[in-house]
Amino acid sequence: MSKRIDVGDLNIYYGDFLAVEGVSMEIEARSVTAFIGPSGCGKSTFLRALNRMHEVIPGARVQGKVMLDGEDLYAYGVDPVNVRRQIGMVFQRPNPFPTMSVRDNVLAGLKLNSKRMSRSEADEVAERSLRGANLWNEVKDRLDKPGAGLSGGQQQRLCIARAIAVQPEVLLMDEPCSALDPISTLAIEDLIGELKQNYTIVIVTHNMQQAARVSDRTAFFNIAGTGKPGKLIEMDDTTKIFTKPGVKATEDYVSGRFG
Amino acid sequence: MSAATSTPRATSTLTSNQLHRFAPAGLLVAAAAVSAGLAAVIGFSIPLFVFLGIVIFAAALTAVSAAVEGRRKATDRLVTTLVVTAFALALIPLIAVVWSVIGNGLSAFGVDFLTTSMRNVTGLQDQQTMQDGAPLIGGAYHALVGTLIITALATAISVPIGLMTSIYLVEYGRGRLARAITFFVDVMTGIPSIVAGLFAAALFAVLFGVGTRNGFAGAVALSVLMIPVVVRSSEEMLRIVPNELREAAYALGVPKWRMIVRVVIPTAISGIASGVTLAIARVVGETAPLIVTAGFTSSINTNPFSDWMMSLPSYVYSLAMRPLSGSEPQPSLDRAWAAAFTLVIIVMLLNLIARLIAKAFAPKTGR
Repeated sequence: MSKRIDVGDLNIYYGDFLAVEGVSMEIEARSVTAFIGPSGCGKSTFLRALNRMHEVIPGARVQGKVMLDGEDLYAYGVDPVNVRRQIGMVFQRPNPFPTMSVRDNVLAGLKLNSKRMSRSEADEVAERSLRGANLWNEVKDRLDKPGAGLSGGQQQRLCIARAIAVQPEVLLMDEPCSALDPISTLAIEDLIGELKQNYTIVIVTHNMQQAARVSDRTAFFNIAGTGKPGKLIEMDDTTKIFTKPGVKATEDYVSGRFG
Repeated sequence: MSAATSTPRATSTLTSNQLHRFAPAGLLVAAAAVSAGLAAVIGFSIPLFVFLGIVIFAAALTAVSAAVEGRRKATDRLVTTLVVTAFALALIPLIAVVWSVIGNGLSAFGVDFLTTSMRNVTGLQDQQTMQDGAPLIGGAYHALVGTLIITALATAISVPIGLMTSIYLVEYGRGRLARAITFFVDVMTGIPSIVAGLFAAALFAVLFGVGTRNGFAGAVALSVLMIPVVVRSSEEMLRIVPNELREAAYALGVPKWRMIVRVVIPTAISGIASGVTLAIARVVGETAPLIVTAGFTSSINTNPFSDWMMSLPSYVYSLAMRPLSGSEPQPSLDRAWAAAFTLVIIVMLLNLIARLIAKAFAPKTGR
């Protein structure tokens, strides 16, 4: 499991509007890469372009290359459904399926794709995924209760369990802790540390301490002004970005002198 | 040692004068007495009494409240009185309809009424019922069966078309085609029911010959009325399914069609089901389109594809407007009221079912 991603000169458009311009980067396998930057600078848009989720928005399109272990995700004839099966995603707000139980939520990725499983196989996948998301001990007695009845932090870990149940190569996280309290945030940060042994993780965050705590490499995005495209300013080892960044704007941003 | 607490003051600046708790009730009684007196002077009638009573009560309460409590409270009391009056006014027709249907409908209603048809019942029997006290015979079984068959067929036609249209509008529709469909659905919502009936009658006249009347034609006419209601209500329900759920499904690598079938529809099913039930309740009482498509009969016909078929609304219409016996119309009127009562019961049951369905399918959040 886990593959690397290479992005080559990627432009992302919403209709005629250029939202993100000229991003190139390498994302190592089995590492945590954090995207930081001010609101509206295109971090989330870029993240969603990594598993073709941005296509859900009408008019969105990209130019450039995104290679998953050497395979271009945007090559002619690539099915976005297959891309998303390899590159999972966790969203800002926890979004368990309200009609499903905790167990069914975890198995949703498999069940919705009509994968045939025996009962014991399904139980095994559910337990493994929930353990992987550090949620098993809290929900093992209420697997058949609705997933929407869990607390916010538990719901978010349930969504992570759901994402890893399909065993993706890469896990994208779009501000996974922004709706959570510090304790749940800590639980998820611990989890990210464990998950990186098996998965390639990319996380968007507004919390710079979080980026410093969890990531190996950090990418700083910025925007020149409203209506201008977002750009990748700098990407380096996390310690370097937070101690002696190469660009003045990065230093201003991480030291809080920005805006 | 002592915490910083403020000593209670003798008089609080936060309180103000208030009317006594029973003051409004007392004023109401007084207003009723005054209005009874006034009405008696002018010439007593209940509407006049009620009208004068409300006006006097509202004026007196506002004046007293303004004097004691101040302007803001007085305005509050005036508006409260007006709102409650409006609510009571709105309830009057509803209660009156239910009251008269129950009051008139019960005399002929019963097991016999629901299990016999009008075949071979003539004005002669009605005359005997009135003059010799013979039991009232003849019922609405054929009409009940017809209504159930026609409505079920109309539902079977409308729900797939309506649901798929709304899925198209919410999940796929972009640009001109979607706007055109929305526009025409809006237009269809406003079609007078008789026009829908004539459309179906004309369609069947072209396809199967002039004068073709059967239950299926009635069902087609009702579908024309039902489809826009189903589209509208299920479209609303599909639109309130959060986009986050769609994205969550996409992110798991679920194809769009499966996302719709397995995530969007189950999440919205309670609203869709109750919307469909209410759409059925809306068309089950349609009269005009059935008169021109399914016609009248006094016999049981369970085949919607041939021969005329009775329905409860047409039964009510025909017995009320053309009693079996011209000289003794009362038995026919009793039957018409009983059929109307049956129809009201069906509509109430459907509303009840809609609520139960909404409750049963609603996403669960219990712990």
